Amino acid sequence: MTRAEAMGLLIAFIARLITGAQGHWKGCPPKAEQRIYFANHQSHLDWVLIWAALPLELRAQTRPIAAKDYWTSSPFKHWLTREVFNAVYVNRKRTDDQDPLEPLLDALRNGDSLVIFPEGTRSNKGEPQAFKSGLYHLAEQFPEVQLIPAWIDNVQRVMPKGEVVPVPILCTVTFGAPMQLTPGEDKRDFLERARAAVIAMRPNAP
Amino acid sequence: MNFDLASLQNIGADRQIALLFIILFGLLTVASIIVGLRSITRDDEELFVREKQLRRDVRAVWIGALAFWVSWMSGPFGATLAFGVFSFLALREFITLAHTRRGDHRSLILAFFVVLPLQYAIVGLERFDLFTVFIPVYVFLAIPVVSALAGDPERFLERNAKIQWGIMVCVYGLSHAPALILLDLPRFGGRGAFLLFFLVIVSAAAQIAQELASRQLRRRPTVRLIDRSFSWRAWGAGVLFAAAVGAALFWITPVDALRAASMAALAGGCGTLGELVMRALKKDAGVRYWGNRSSVTGAVGLLDRVAPLCFAAPVFFHSVRWYLPAA
Repeated sequence: MTRAEAMGLLIAFIARLITGAQGHWKGCPPKAEQRIYFANHQSHLDWVLIWAALPLELRAQTRPIAAKDYWTSSPFKHWLTREVFNAVYVNRKRTDDQDPLEPLLDALRNGDSLVIFPEGTRSNKGEPQAFKSGLYHLAEQFPEVQLIPAWIDNVQRVMPKGEVVPVPILCTVTFGAPMQLTPGEDKRDFLERARAAVIAMRPNAP
Repeated sequence: MNFDLASLQNIGADRQIALLFIILFGLLTVASIIVGLRSITRDDEELFVREKQLRRDVRAVWIGALAFWVSWMSGPFGATLAFGVFSFLALREFITLAHTRRGDHRSLILAFFVVLPLQYAIVGLERFDLFTVFIPVYVFLAIPVVSALAGDPERFLERNAKIQWGIMVCVYGLSHAPALILLDLPRFGGRGAFLLFFLVIVSAAAQIAQELASRQLRRRPTVRLIDRSFSWRAWGAGVLFAAAVGAALFWITPVDALRAASMAALAGGCGTLGELVMRALKKDAGVRYWGNRSSVTGAVGLLDRVAPLCFAAPVFFHSVRWYLPAA
């Protein structure tokens, strides 16, 4: 076992100890198909939670998106995201000559699965904010990739904004049925439908 | 071999332990075989669910028995650590259901990462005077202070009461179980694990007997809104059965059969009442089964299993230490 694999197991173990990280596969079984998981975003721990909720054999093929400037700023952060999580790096600053989605498209062409948080930023108002258009563009260019909505529950209680030590509280990740871009569907309609699919996976929605 | 039970009290501790584990694992093997055979012979759909439930229960008992054996093999340290982990998981489940607020964060960190390890460290160091007062007195005072410093006045008393109650049940109550192992009783050195085994067996016996009795008796439930199967008569049946099991197992305790029976009745009765309290708590939190896979929390259902022990252990501990000293 390499150091990176050991680190991955350790992180998954800690995530399970603190949060349980239970995956509820309501709409689809956990399968080694090419997928884009998209979920609500409330905490820094969201990615780790989804990753720990996946079966071990799916983890290596499922990649997060990491901001290049932050996650390559120190050797440890770089090692963690590159070797352990196999992250896809994106530039936060938009340059004219490059499509910001290009690294994601590369990863999908490569056959990898992705986890994205289409809100673009963390929200703690309960309801997710409006989705950014990246998901639409990915769905448009890769119609054969399954789009899986997921709701991450309770994680904002584990580590509220501004705190550094997590409190052990059970969290769940509920995965919904795959959805697709219907031919000729408007961008706004699709993003609203995707957002509704994520909210529908919320357990005991009020 | 002499089958006089009283003489079993006098054989060496090691042989007693070996005998105990042979009986325990023998019974479990028989149970597994019966469940296995039943699942082969019956194949109608409705029974299948219940069979599955039964098989899961048997597996849970196996895991419990193996954990007990491992913790016994690894000595007092292992047992303390094992129950510390149980406490952690139970408290995690309790706090998940308690709907804490943002301002409780520091209090919860205190509960999980300071109070819990300290309580078990005190058990491990066998400081039984401090062990008895640490949580009821000092933690009781410290939690609201930390909470007040967080600056959120909303539902202040309610939030603190929830956290304190959770610590009392999941940490304080359960920590009495490994304390039994470490309790140094005259002429009973090295056999504390028997007391823990005795406690686990009699509280399980009371639970099972109450469940069966409530099905047989079909009495009007005493507290319909909380538990549709609880009635005082069924509870009494549980207590009586626990007493009988306790009397039959007196040879692994330092006391005579009558005292063993009354200690067992006390522990069994407390355990089943503790179960009732947990039912009320579940109803309040809006959860039917804590082990339900599709529940809000995805809780693993450990709290459900340890709740009777949490309530029975402190009372049993005191009965061993004070109410019924060895003759």
